[in-house]
Amino acid sequence: MDSPATYLHWGFIYISWPNLLVILGMIVLFAIAMIAPFPHSEGTDDVNAK
Amino acid sequence: MSTQSKPASWTLRVRQAIDRHLPMDHLLPDRQPYYVGSWVYVFGVVTIAALVWVVVSGVVLSFFGPQWWHDSSVGRFFNSLHFWAVQLFFLFMVLHLWGQYFMAGWRHGRAATWMIGVVIFGTSILTAFTGYLSQQNFDGQFIALEAKDAMNSAGAGAFFNVLNFGQMYGLHVMLLPIGVTFLVVAHIVLVRVRGVVKPIDAEGGARS
Repeated sequence: MDSPATYLHWGFIYISWPNLLVILGMIVLFAIAMIAPFPHSEGTDDVNAK
Repeated sequence: MSTQSKPASWTLRVRQAIDRHLPMDHLLPDRQPYYVGSWVYVFGVVTIAALVWVVVSGVVLSFFGPQWWHDSSVGRFFNSLHFWAVQLFFLFMVLHLWGQYFMAGWRHGRAATWMIGVVIFGTSILTAFTGYLSQQNFDGQFIALEAKDAMNSAGAGAFFNVLNFGQMYGLHVMLLPIGVTFLVVAHIVLVRVRGVVKPIDAEGGARS
């Protein structure tokens, strides 16, 4: 962590690779969370729904 | 106008208000609506779990002090634990924000819940910044020297002297974490009071 990060310079986009990888990882995680099946249990019904 | 007179005892009035707005089956529900069965709803819980680790590791760091967290292997471990727990806290807080933004989580009387979340986000950033200033190393000194110009140009230099370690450390370990924790509790209580917002599709396309 003592050495400076390398940067992606593409047109007006200028971002360090670690930051870019974290953002891409978050987008992938968000997409997986939306499409991955969630293990359903007995405790899901309309209680508390408004 | 109600014919019933208000009880004289304020403790009774508070208890009745809590019973009315936050009954125990809402505060600690054992069943949830079917649409809560999605991994998107897990992001908020993971954020809270990360916050617990941040607070616990932070308490240990504040107990032993800067020399310990820089010079001893156990200290460096807790220093890293604190740092990476903060990274996870922010990462999952932003994922939680994305999820709530796209499902318009502020609908049907949940504006206060959303706005408290916004304030939590801002307060957390302030807490993280004061944390960088509390490191007691060259990195912290460099950040303080750069940050002072930003604070002075914004007119906040008279109130927040980022070169003053005592002030920044006090804010970081006391006022700001208490603020974040209090706001998180208020955020969760409001979620329990109102319940989880229905997905937009479940309302027949209504986007109110």
